[in-house]
Amino acid sequence: MNEDYVLELEHIRKEYPGVIALKDVTLQLRRGEILGLIGENGAGKSTLIKCCSGAVIPTSGKIKVNGKEFTRMTPQLAAENGIAIIYQEFNNVGELSAAENMFLGRPILKKNGIVIDRRAMEEEAAKAFEQLNIKINPRTLVKNLSVGYQQMVEIAKAIQQNAQVLIMDEPSAPLTTNEVESMFKVVELLKSRGVSIIYISHRLEEIFRLSDRIEVIRDGEYVDTLITDKDPATIPNQVDDLIKLMVGREMTQKYPPRKPCVRDEVILELQHVYGNGDEDISFKVHAGEVLGLGGLVGAGRTEIAQVIFGARPKESGKIIFMGQEINPKSPRAAIDHGIALLPEDRKRHGALLTNSIKNNISMPIYERISKATVINSKIEHSTAERYREDIQIKCPSIHQLVKNLSGGNQQKVILGKWLAANSKLIIFDEPTRGIDVGAKFEIYKLINDLVEDGVAVLMISSEMEELMGMSDRIIVLAENKMMGELTKDEFNADLIMSYASGVVPENRKEAV
Amino acid sequence: MNENKFMSAFKQNAIWLVFFVEIAIFAYFNPKFLSLANVVNISRQVSYYGIASIGMTFVILIAGIDLSIGSIIALVNVVCAYLMMNMGWNMWLAILVSIIMAILIGVLNGWMVASIGIPAIIATFASQTVFRGCAYLLSGGLPIPGVVLEHPTFGFFARWSLNRWEIFKAMGDIGLIPICAIIMVICFAVGSFILNKSYFGRYFYAIGGNEEASELSGIRVNKMKYLIYALSGFFAGLAGIVLLSRSGSAQSTAAIGFEFEVITCVVLGGVSVAGGIGRMSGVIAGVLIIGSLKSGMIMMNVSEYTQMVVQGLVLAVAVGVDCFSKKRQAS
Repeated sequence: MNEDYVLELEHIRKEYPGVIALKDVTLQLRRGEILGLIGENGAGKSTLIKCCSGAVIPTSGKIKVNGKEFTRMTPQLAAENGIAIIYQEFNNVGELSAAENMFLGRPILKKNGIVIDRRAMEEEAAKAFEQLNIKINPRTLVKNLSVGYQQMVEIAKAIQQNAQVLIMDEPSAPLTTNEVESMFKVVELLKSRGVSIIYISHRLEEIFRLSDRIEVIRDGEYVDTLITDKDPATIPNQVDDLIKLMVGREMTQKYPPRKPCVRDEVILELQHVYGNGDEDISFKVHAGEVLGLGGLVGAGRTEIAQVIFGARPKESGKIIFMGQEINPKSPRAAIDHGIALLPEDRKRHGALLTNSIKNNISMPIYERISKATVINSKIEHSTAERYREDIQIKCPSIHQLVKNLSGGNQQKVILGKWLAANSKLIIFDEPTRGIDVGAKFEIYKLINDLVEDGVAVLMISSEMEELMGMSDRIIVLAENKMMGELTKDEFNADLIMSYASGVVPENRKEAV
Repeated sequence: MNENKFMSAFKQNAIWLVFFVEIAIFAYFNPKFLSLANVVNISRQVSYYGIASIGMTFVILIAGIDLSIGSIIALVNVVCAYLMMNMGWNMWLAILVSIIMAILIGVLNGWMVASIGIPAIIATFASQTVFRGCAYLLSGGLPIPGVVLEHPTFGFFARWSLNRWEIFKAMGDIGLIPICAIIMVICFAVGSFILNKSYFGRYFYAIGGNEEASELSGIRVNKMKYLIYALSGFFAGLAGIVLLSRSGSAQSTAAIGFEFEVITCVVLGGVSVAGGIGRMSGVIAGVLIIGSLKSGMIMMNVSEYTQMVVQGLVLAVAVGVDCFSKKRQAS
């Protein structure tokens, strides 16, 4: 053994009743390196790291830490051997201070052995923060910290516990651009101190920026490990290669072509709408058009979508839908008009995870397909089957629970529900967030099919490329106000960014 | 794959296995346990739990709870008897009015939970206290006796369907089934129908799984909550009438702690307190298990205090096994 590995996973296999989550995955982490771990949703990344933390017991395979062999981990063994994991959802207790969180479950006690030594904990916490070059007051309650800082508290906790291996699962997903930048700095700092890091992300540019090597897994199997070449010129080729490895097939285009299909008919018009924090929003969406809604997180895009969908009250202004002024007071009312919303947080707001695919799809139309409250189960079945086929929801049967589907298929189920409801305007809030590359393409194709059928689409997206790739027109919000509108020939990332930052360039001032 | 299907079918119906094992044990120790007289007796005793458990199933399915049903039963008893005995109302009218009152109490619970936003456990605990108090006030704390003596027809809910009920007589053995058990069976059928065939059932499961997503899927969640608490009030009211018919005398102290017995039946039957999961058939099994457990223990001369200990243990073990198997599946 000439390489110095801190963590080795050998032929890890994990079977659940009826499903094989991991077939055979091998992973070797060198001391002081950052290993990017990528794979489509459902490839087995989460299960794999849970094997390292002890949350999941592998069916077979070995875990070696510093050469010591284990057949399984427990949370305690993992901690003793210096393995720490930063999950997507943090394990912080909001009501406790940053210092208390760091020492949760293993407090520093005063000499008498009973009373917690708050000051010592705060000093230790301050030291740990200092080491990471981050400014957090150890006394601040964690709930008052920004998401980025909350994550830092978790990282600091891991380092304070002498973690040698840090596994980060989609650490950038909840962060703003600035926060991501500071997180990168901390990660690079840790690496320079000899900490080994497994970095899991959907965002390939992050993987290239940080990693030394990249391991790809697919369908629970090890595919390949590449050495990262940071030369910017080679990155596009590397991206193509990686996507091929992840998806297992060639991806020629990112955005499927669409026939021009924008019609003159205005489906939705907002006139000076105030509400839900947003101010003076006016725009039109035509039949067959994708109107992109750009801006930073928190700019008020989701907020206006909620007002249109009746989930939040409108304060003033007019919403005109298909020529009629409407004032939906509930999602039900909006749905009955023909408005649909695919929310950003699919699992919390979109899909009914504990219900079947069939029930999810028919949910908005149950009252329509019932007589005297009795469901016509034939229509219920055929509707679900129809959309399962039409939008190719991959599932063994329509009776499967939605929680057992991948993110992309969950999104399709939600879309199926709105198609069943015969929606005329569909609002997509971050339609491809957390969805893997292959499924993204399918979602884009579905959006194309929709507009070609004359549906109007309002698409909120924080991914610049997606926004420009899919939209016919883009309006940009900043701080709950409209900043500007771009037609297709004006699309330009810099311009959108400056609008999103609340800056209107000199030459466009008259346009607003 | 087939084996899996078999296993999941087995797991779903494991509760029935528990029931049959229980019956076998009691029958082994006391052969009279399975005598016709005792079976009929159990079906009478179980009926008012069974009827009330349907409303409670709906409530727990949407991750709520209804602690007021014991008080509703007491108040229905007192009001119905008061109207008939002290005010000389017609029996059917008195029954109708008291059940409507029970429904309105349910609507009030729904209003507190859905429109005001009081947590269900507090809202229904408050109405438990208020309406128990109303029952005491109306009756002065004294029983109103002689309901069935003065209105012999009122006893029919508890009576075996003999004699005057020609239709049942004609059906031979069915003549031995108490009317209240028939009412319970009808109620279970209605409950099962609501859960499986009507869109309300789909909505209940959806709301129990995720309230926010349900609202955003077009379900009027608040309206459904009103409906569910009203249904819980309705079934409690009906159970109250059955109880009055059996006891023949209205007691303001009736059914104290009854809600917890019903919750035991429902949870034992596999309805998840977290909401969204549960089936009517499981609840029926839960009701039968508790009913035969009580009867069997009485026949074995187990003291009332020991019965409480056993009932508590059964609940903890049944739910514990379920939670444990889920936990193991997850890791």
